[in-house]
Amino acid sequence: MHDVAPINPWVALAYLVAGVFFILALRGLSSPASSRRGNRFGMAGMGIAVVTTLVTHELANPIEVIGAIAIGAVIGLVMARKIAMTAMPQLVAAFHSLVGLAAVAVAAAAYLNPGAFGIADEAGQIFTVSRIEMGLGIAIGAITFSGSVIAFLKLNGNMSGAPIILPLRHLINLGTLAAILGLIGYFLTDQSPAVFWTITALSFLIGFLLIIPIGGADMPVVVSMLNSYSGWAAAAMGFTLHNTAMIITGALVGSSGAILSYIMCRAMNRSFISVIAGGFGADDSGGAGGGAKEQRPWKPGSADDAAFLMSQAENVIIVPGYGMAVAQAQHALREMADLLKKEGVNVKYAIHPVAGRMPGHMNVLLAEANVPYDEVFELEDINNEFAQCDVAFVIGANDVTNPAAKTDKSSPIYGMPVLDVEKAKTVLFVKRSMGGVGYAGVDNDVFYMDQTMMLLGDAKKMADDIVKALNGSGH
Amino acid sequence: MDFIAIFSIFVLACFVGYFVVWSVTPALHTPLMSVTNAISSVIIVGALIASAAAGSPVSKWLGLAAVVMASINIFGGFAVTERMLAMYKKKER
Repeated sequence: MHDVAPINPWVALAYLVAGVFFILALRGLSSPASSRRGNRFGMAGMGIAVVTTLVTHELANPIEVIGAIAIGAVIGLVMARKIAMTAMPQLVAAFHSLVGLAAVAVAAAAYLNPGAFGIADEAGQIFTVSRIEMGLGIAIGAITFSGSVIAFLKLNGNMSGAPIILPLRHLINLGTLAAILGLIGYFLTDQSPAVFWTITALSFLIGFLLIIPIGGADMPVVVSMLNSYSGWAAAAMGFTLHNTAMIITGALVGSSGAILSYIMCRAMNRSFISVIAGGFGADDSGGAGGGAKEQRPWKPGSADDAAFLMSQAENVIIVPGYGMAVAQAQHALREMADLLKKEGVNVKYAIHPVAGRMPGHMNVLLAEANVPYDEVFELEDINNEFAQCDVAFVIGANDVTNPAAKTDKSSPIYGMPVLDVEKAKTVLFVKRSMGGVGYAGVDNDVFYMDQTMMLLGDAKKMADDIVKALNGSGH
Repeated sequence: MDFIAIFSIFVLACFVGYFVVWSVTPALHTPLMSVTNAISSVIIVGALIASAAAGSPVSKWLGLAAVVMASINIFGGFAVTERMLAMYKKKER
């Protein structure tokens, strides 16, 4: 029993419907209102694909297959329920690694038993086209796996976020990549196990080598890039299996990850190549040297001052950064905003694309704290409103507000789009201490402006104190 | 299906993906990543074929392992997306 269902039009149609449902799933995400319906489309598409496969292939042992699905379901559901929203980037990296490893396993299974997949002739020779697809599939899958494992370890703090720079790494990486491509070419003429497993091993190695030199600050790009790879891996397997659902999905996911990588690169004004080449943040001489600069005067403020200023304001824009999430200040912050709104203050949130640790991360963190999504604005939608706002309240963000990105050509962040907080009548800047600098290791002129008041302390404690002050002064 | 037919589907799907993904609101980029992650686990189809086939026990066990991994992703990915999307609420009033 080794022929795949001969091309049955109903089966092909079912997979096509699954693919269309996946398109609708992504389409739903164009607005939060339609997003949950989109997610249901995704689930339905997956259901159709799985059921179609199960009914068209005679299962050697249904209990094993159902058991395997059940084990995966329990693990997946528990992970989804337990995960903290701040840890989403790690979870996504972990999920990517599983897609990669699953693709490797499927490609290896297809190599060992090509007859079952209908990709070999009578003599057991795998078709030429299938060899290319299989070779690419296992290579991309393996790179996705080992790259995601490193990304996970860095994001989860099991491994230092600092880039690990090997000597001659570009030479080693390019050499390894060339070897993989060369071997895939050779695989066309020789399908012996040695070739296949060498491709696999080298691909695991290159995934590892590619990610270790990339620093923590660039992880949003890396996670998006691995998202893209996991899609291309699925597409390659779709080619091998002639399955439209897999091909459509792979193309969707591949494009999605590529676009997100591009958006993240643009938000940091970094080229994709320079991110991939790695090493950003390895040179800490610039950051350390900043401490020797002359002491400039700055104005300290208290929670009471902040509460008074904001309650008297007409418009307040809150600029949250990842520091806010690390301090778990989002709930206190939302409480503060609620009290201000009660006093008639117009409160909005301004989000920089790299405010979190992955694309859209800050929006999720605010949503979790019950901040309505129609009060949250993206950089390009709100940036011209700072000039009319009375108070810009910066909490846990730094580099994304630095005007040097617009004016100082020598600054490492020059060219990066930033939020124009310096245009607000008053800037309240919550910061742990005056000593620390942001990721980029540059000083921020906003600290020293006349209209800026520095609120030094832990973000959560400061937000709590402002809430107390607002309650005290109020009715 | 011949290679060109499949390749045509692939190229067109890339374009669909390009336009659909640009229309996703930036506020939902994290759920976008988790849901794309869930749907890319449609490779479970390949895993099921491998685990169903007779002939090579190693191939069967690789298939079953892939079924477990893909299932973790499918259930975990859709569930965590659902959990996130449920948090997005409009202003009252």
